[in-house]
Parts: sequence; structure tokens; C-alpha cells
Amino acid sequence: MRTIKFIIQKEFKQIFRNKSMLPIIFVVPFVQLIILVHAATFEMKNIDMYVVDNDMSSTSRQLISKFGGSPFFRLKKTTFSIKEAEAALLSDEADVVMVINSGMEKSLVRENKASVQLLVNAINGTVAGISNYYVMSILASYNKDLITKWYGVAQSSQIKQININYSFWYNPELNYKTYMVPGILVLLVTIISLFLSGMNLVREKEIGTIEQINVTPIHKYQFIIGKLVPFWIIAMLELALGLTLGKLLFNIPIVGNIFLVFAFASVYLLAVLGIGLFISTIAHNQLQSMFFSFFFMLVFILMSGLFTSVESMPDWAQMLDRINPIYYFIRVMRMILLKGSTFKNIVSEFISISIYAIVVLSLAVWRYRKTV
Amino acid sequence: MKTVTVNNISKSYSEVKAIENISFDVNEAEIFGLIGPDGAGKTTIFRILTTLILADHGNASLLNYDVVKDYKKIRQIIGYMPGRFSLYQDLTVEENLNFFATVFGTTIKENYDLIKDIYQQIEPFKKRRAGALSGGMKQKLALSCALIHKPEILILDEPTTGVDAVSRKEFWEMLRQLKNRGITILVSTPYMDEASLCDRVALIQKGKIMQIDTPNKIVNNFEKTLYAVRAGNIYRLLQSLRESELTHSAYPFGQYVHYTAKESLNDVADLLDHLTRNGFQNIEIQEIKPNIEDCFMALMS
Repeated sequence: MRTIKFIIQKEFKQIFRNKSMLPIIFVVPFVQLIILVHAATFEMKNIDMYVVDNDMSSTSRQLISKFGGSPFFRLKKTTFSIKEAEAALLSDEADVVMVINSGMEKSLVRENKASVQLLVNAINGTVAGISNYYVMSILASYNKDLITKWYGVAQSSQIKQININYSFWYNPELNYKTYMVPGILVLLVTIISLFLSGMNLVREKEIGTIEQINVTPIHKYQFIIGKLVPFWIIAMLELALGLTLGKLLFNIPIVGNIFLVFAFASVYLLAVLGIGLFISTIAHNQLQSMFFSFFFMLVFILMSGLFTSVESMPDWAQMLDRINPIYYFIRVMRMILLKGSTFKNIVSEFISISIYAIVVLSLAVWRYRKTV
Repeated sequence: MKTVTVNNISKSYSEVKAIENISFDVNEAEIFGLIGPDGAGKTTIFRILTTLILADHGNASLLNYDVVKDYKKIRQIIGYMPGRFSLYQDLTVEENLNFFATVFGTTIKENYDLIKDIYQQIEPFKKRRAGALSGGMKQKLALSCALIHKPEILILDEPTTGVDAVSRKEFWEMLRQLKNRGITILVSTPYMDEASLCDRVALIQKGKIMQIDTPNKIVNNFEKTLYAVRAGNIYRLLQSLRESELTHSAYPFGQYVHYTAKESLNDVADLLDHLTRNGFQNIEIQEIKPNIEDCFMALMS
């Protein structure tokens, strides 16, 4: 025990003496938290719109003014030239172009139907999809207005239709910050613990101290525990700090039991530290370790369900996500914080991450040899 | 009883044979030196003895503990100082010492008398970080850390490489004192002049041991008569001697060229004759006592 205590003490001293380490541990993550949460949003505002109105009728003007009144669209220009609008689309000045051909109103009155053309810049598929959806809903609402106006209220009420009303559970206002903060917190904690533990053992290899350590009667388990515990503590502290910041700055809801989050995190961190340790037994220097960690991190993050929903991934990807620790933690974090899930609800995730931690740590311990 | 026995050990790194059939014994409380140039295989031998790597063939034991089977026991009885400074540079002198004492399950106090003489020299700097120490002080700290658990065998891999002449002398003086306390010391060095400070040395070259003996005997075994020759331009002299039929060996040594002849009969007269014929002036030839380096060069050729 005394040996382990001393190794832990030594690690902490080394961490706190490293001048570049402290800011990395405590400042960088929170700057990232603040920036990322504000930046990583799917909310679409200020969609730049060009309108080519060749009809110049009261109907077309009404339609256009509908867009003008929407908070999502910014009517940049109305022109008569399709060419000009297309050029704007090409030069990224416009996100959406709506083309109204001449005779639209006439056709609407005579034939009861008319068409408008929509050109959407789909360089970014998500943005295009959402813009398209917004335009469609405005057109649909305008359609309804027209029917009411021309056929009277009586007629329109005769059309039987099912009215759909939405109610968003656990995040009624669809607040992106509520959704993102727990996820981004997971990322920050993971990055810190993975990178630090991944670099630490390698650092001893690099500066040669491992050779001196290896000839001592120190036990493998003592050394590994002594190495992991400091980072475990730092990561837990970071999580606590992050949650506090999230509550103070973004007022994220904490519906469930906060201690459950920490209980899960304590096991989760073992798994992440295990991966880091494993990396550092393979890598020969800190640079290699960085690259390995970076590779794992990138795959884990993109598949974690932070930005995209895991449920909409193909089956094989969902299967693959079972070896993604971040996936579990983000899921659990959101469940507990937003939904108020209890231990019963997350028991399967808990078991998975426990098995994960055991497997990864055993692998790392097995791989770490006290030889050169 | 032999403190260290090494039996026919070999080790290859993929294609390269690092050491081949190395065997030697070390007696109790003696300073045993492995003398050889860089890449001779000294570090590999030490790493096998310190249980850091396994030999491909052969066996070795320290105090009758086998390096493979009883590696745990061995790690408690040896003190090892790797060739590269391997202490924590971001910890202070005192913290380093404390750390290694703890790792070996002991305290500084318990074995203070053993390291006292060495540690006192660096004690004024005990709050300084190890990375900020000078080369000589680093060596003293490393030695203190290797000694803190009162090892019976001390293994030092090139402890004086990169250390100034004064510190080197001090360092050897410390080793001598440790030897007097009954500690067996294995030390490697590329400096031939340090060989005479060992009790016995093994001359090692390209993974093979060429000779093991006391420094005196090695020098006495030098068969030929050695001459130091000087005559104007040393480079031209060396070339001329190497081309000559008379020469057995010729190599530069400081301001002189060390020379041995093939035939010992009339060798000085022949040499003088050869040099004057080749237009050398101010010729100076004197018979000298060979040192370890001369023996090493003779064994290599």
C-alpha cells in the first residue's frame, strides 16, 4: 500500500510541475465546452434566399412575404433572372432559390394548381434537408390560407384531416444546449483521461526511467494502479467541474440522480484509462501514442451518437458501437440528466461498461511487461 | 563462492548478434570491468543480468539466483544504474531518493550510512530538481538511488560516460569504498584508462570476450616490445609505418605512434633505418610499457 501511495504522490507531483499540463487539464476543456456548445448546433437560422418572381401577381407577392415573415429565412434579393439566382447559389450567396414562373396565379385560378421551383444548395446535406423542410412547411401553410380564402371557412372545415400536434418529451423546447452539454462533457472527460494515460507510461519509456523502475521489486499491479489512480481522480474532478459549469452557464436540467452519473463515470473511466494504458504499452514514444489515441478518439466520437443518432446508423455500425465506450456514457448521461433514469434503466449499460473495463484493463496489464 | 556466474550466454536482435557465448565469473567484493568500445555488447550483458531481457542461450546467476527463474529475488539484491540517466528529472534530489527507497520497501534513514559519503556531496542541492543537476551530480544521485536498498551487487552501465575528469576520479574512488564494504561491483566503460582501476577486466569486442584477467596480467601478457615513435608529421609517419614490411602494428596514441615490429631482433635499428630512408627527421624512438589500450589493439588485430 505504501508503495502505491508513493507512486500516486509522485505522479501528482509530476503532473503539477509540468507547466503545460495544468492548463491542458483544467482550462482547455472548459474553453472547449463553452465554444463547442454554442457552435455545435443544428438549428437553422438565417437561410439566405433568392426569389425569382416572374409572375408579379398578388399571389406570388403574398407567398414571398410569407417567407419574409419567417425567422428562418432572410430574403436577400428578388430578381427576374434565373441566371443571376443560380450564380448566387454557386457563389454561396444564396442557400435557397425559389423560382416562380410567370402565369402562376393564372394557372392556380384556372386549373386549381400551380408549381414553384425550389433550388437548394446541398453541399451540406443536413442543411439542405432542413431548409427544404422549412420551405415545404411554409408552402403548405400558404396553401391552406389560399383554400380558406377562396372557398371560405365552410369549405375548408369540410375537409377532414388529422391534426398533428407535437410534444417533445425530456426537452420540450428542443433546446440544443440541453442536448449537447452532457455529450460534450463526456468527450472532454474522455479526451483528458485517454490522452494523459496514453502518454504517461510512454513518457517513462521515452526518458528511460522505466528501465530503472523495471529492475526494482515493484509489482506490476502496484505500478499500474499508481499510474491510473491520479488520472482517474483528475477526470472525476473534471466531470464535477464540467457539470457545475453546465448548470451555471447553460442551466442544463439535472432530472436524475447526479450520483448515478458519477457511479457510472467511475467505471467508465476505468475502461478509458485501460485503453490509454494499452496504447502506451504498444507505442514507443509519445508521438505514436498521440496518433493512436487520436485515431481511437475520432472513431469513437463520430460513432458516439453525439452529433448523429446511433439508431439511424446501419446495423453493423450499431453492432460496432458496442465496443465504443463513449456511446455508452453519452447515452447514460443523457438518460440520467434529461430523463431522470434510475439505476434500473441503465443496468444493461452498466454491465456492458463493467465488462468492457475488465477486458481492457486485463489486456493492458497482460501487455505491459517489466522488460525492455 | 562466485558472486556472479555467466555461462555461454548469447543474444541476437533479429539478424544482429549482440553477444555470443559470453562466460565469466565475478568474485565477491571485487570490481569487475567490462571494457570495450560502443556496440561491443556491454549493455546487453547487463540487461540480461538485471533480468530486463532474456538471453537466447546459456544461463546466468547472481548469488546462485537464476536470472530467469529467480528474477524477483534478483531485483532485490542488485542495484542498477542504466547508461542513460534514468531518474525523474522533474522530481527533486530528495524526492527521487525517497521514491526509490519506498519502491524497495525501505527508507533513506535505514541505509543512510551506506550512501552518506556520496549523498552528502549533493545534499546541499536536495531541493533542486534532478534535471537541473550537472552531469557529475546526476551520477552521484543515480548511484545513491541504486544503493539505497543496500544491494549486494552493483551493476553500473557506463557510469562515467560524459562526466568530467575530476568527477570520474571521484566516482572511482567511491566505487573503491563500496567495494571495501563488501559490495560486488560490475562496471562497464569504453575508457581504457579506467580498466586499471578494476580488480579484473574482460576485454570485449563485437559481442565476444577476448580476454579476462587482472589489468596487470593483461599488460604483462603483451608479447611484443612496444615502441613509441615520433618524427615530424604524425600522419605521414603512420602511413609510412603501415606500408612498411617490418611493421606488425602501428596506431596513433597522443603525439606518438605506437609501434610493434614483426621481428623482435634488431627491431630498433631496422625501424630507424626505414625511417631515415624515407626522409624522416628528428626521429625519436623509445621503448614503453604497454597499457590496456595497447593490449586491446593487439587483441583486435
